[in-house]
Amino acid sequence: MRPLDIIVCMKPVPDPRRWGKLKLDPRTMLLRRGDISAVINPLDRNAIEQAVALGERFGGTVTILSMAPAEAEDQLAEALAMGGDRAVLLSDASFAGADSLATARCLAAGIRKIGQPDMVFCGAYSLDGSTSQVGPQVAELLDLPDLTHVVALAVEEGGVRATCRVDDGQVVCDCTLPAVVTFDKEANRPRLPTMRGIMKASATGVVRWTAADLGLSAGEVGLAGSPTQMSNVFAPALGRKGEMLEGPPNQVAASLLEKLRADRLVN
Amino acid sequence: MLDILFRRRRRVYNEPSLAAPPARLPAVPVVVSRPVAPRPSEVSMDFDLPKDARLVKRSVREFAEQVVAPLVQEMEQSDEFPAALIRQLGALGVLGLVTPAEYGGSNLGYLARMVAVEEISRVSGAVGVALQVHHMGASAIGDFGNEAQKAKYLPALCRGDSLGTCAITEPTGGSDLLGMTSTARTVSEGYVLNGRKCFITNSHLSDAVVTVAKTGEGPKGLSAFILEKGMAGFGAGRHEHKMGLRGSDTGELIFRDCHVPRSALLGNEGDGMTIALKTISEVGRAGMAATALGILQACYDEAVRFARERTLYGRPIAQLQAIQWNVADIYAQLQASRWLCYHAAWLKDVGRDCGVEATLAKTYVTEAAVQAARKAVEIHGGCGAMMEYPVQRLFRDAMVCVSAGGTSEIGKIVVSRAALA
Repeated sequence: MRPLDIIVCMKPVPDPRRWGKLKLDPRTMLLRRGDISAVINPLDRNAIEQAVALGERFGGTVTILSMAPAEAEDQLAEALAMGGDRAVLLSDASFAGADSLATARCLAAGIRKIGQPDMVFCGAYSLDGSTSQVGPQVAELLDLPDLTHVVALAVEEGGVRATCRVDDGQVVCDCTLPAVVTFDKEANRPRLPTMRGIMKASATGVVRWTAADLGLSAGEVGLAGSPTQMSNVFAPALGRKGEMLEGPPNQVAASLLEKLRADRLVN
Repeated sequence: MLDILFRRRRRVYNEPSLAAPPARLPAVPVVVSRPVAPRPSEVSMDFDLPKDARLVKRSVREFAEQVVAPLVQEMEQSDEFPAALIRQLGALGVLGLVTPAEYGGSNLGYLARMVAVEEISRVSGAVGVALQVHHMGASAIGDFGNEAQKAKYLPALCRGDSLGTCAITEPTGGSDLLGMTSTARTVSEGYVLNGRKCFITNSHLSDAVVTVAKTGEGPKGLSAFILEKGMAGFGAGRHEHKMGLRGSDTGELIFRDCHVPRSALLGNEGDGMTIALKTISEVGRAGMAATALGILQACYDEAVRFARERTLYGRPIAQLQAIQWNVADIYAQLQASRWLCYHAAWLKDVGRDCGVEATLAKTYVTEAAVQAARKAVEIHGGCGAMMEYPVQRLFRDAMVCVSAGGTSEIGKIVVSRAALA
């Protein structure tokens, strides 16, 4: 098997341990991300692990790519410490407020600038937005096939065989390369950054590209390039519909059984 | 708690004019965010950990929670160090934090090492102290060893083939260095060592031991050696059982007509006092401070968790002032301890003298950990005395830290000399 060049798209998300302290900006209805520290989106760790493991096995390069504010250099350094070879941060004030499509446009432009890889890896979804859209949108923009919610990936001569989670089970797909693959958490167990990895990451550094470097216009990125606009955010009222049955126990039991049968909950 | 008080105060002081204070404080609690702001150029102090240390903290914390935490209960029961953990610590790279890259380390420095020992100790003080004493051995060889010694010992110590250690203390005492009785007699092919070291961390697990024995009289009469398990006449003796830090390996090392070649000498003959003092004060005491800091952080975490969960009089006890005051005390000691520790480590990293600051940190933080552990136990009420709650372990662990690496009284002597100079 020849060496593989893999680009991993990574998103910093608010640290789930501190979600209790997360607030929404009442004006934009967006998360106030600056309030709490960020971590690598957990499923993106699975994507990084898969890329680094393939790199160790077949050789090639692992490039970590992120569209995020400047502070994301910490998460990119962590991804490098896990074994990435280089890191590219797409950061520009005009990228703020991007929805999944504007984000995918940015990432696709970044991938084109880096050069067509053999595979693009993503987490299946981000812990904060949970749309599962960015990976497939990147694939569409790059005109590549995509495999989503992958729980096992085997690289074979000429392509990959992926086990993908679907609503009612799993499907096994064969796919030619290049391709975009998004990973679920069962795919692997992500490694921790080692101290020597941290030393190496420190020496490698992070490359930063702006909208101008990517050749993207203001209308294509950020809030301006986002067809999705948040109109409202609310917590749906969750309640249980309670019904009290009254009478002697045998009557209540009979009545309960009748209702359960009517709802087809028992035979 | 204190944090909230300070935030409110800052709001008042930040008003444009103190002469015209705001009519009233906001009726509803104000959400004070801490956005990452660029540092104003006129501010010269930076209290953020550097990026490398932040990454170390995150990675080691995850390791401690995933790998070390499941071992803690067994270590408490058996009082044995889980030998398989040494390789795992080696694979993570924390054994080589203060060892140069060419010998297999990462050389991320003493602040990174402080943070790593703190995070491990937050979960297990016993593993924390094993790690920090390992660094004493590794740093003594790294700082004072010749090329051959570094190439021979450091890569194995970084990999975790065994833990390192530094064996100084004798039955005559640890702080009275000149009172030691172990001897190293010069013979044609090298030295013959006789004597006994006690209360040595990693005594039975360590394959390469840095130790000190008398080659003459007076401060220049001490010399340091690297001994290997398997040398004839050298081995571990009694295994100690401690009230706390259970599971960390503590015991005797005995030399009985142990013949060592001249190549086992660390530094020059007569350098033993310098090597011992520098290693104990700058590495060992900073490491004990880091161990106690981790324990103190755990005391805070457990106290806050219990105060929020336990209800009394129909509300969480965190709403009772008696509990709030105790939590505020623990938090204040935690903050003070952390800055003392990080400052001492920073001094070491920038190459300045840090013996006094590391001793100050060790003395203060170990005492603070005991006080905080006692308060954490008290916050737990009757539960605090129960073995299934971790605070009793934290209390016992903190007590052991006080005398390790020099008692508080010795620490105060060192600090007072600097304070009165």
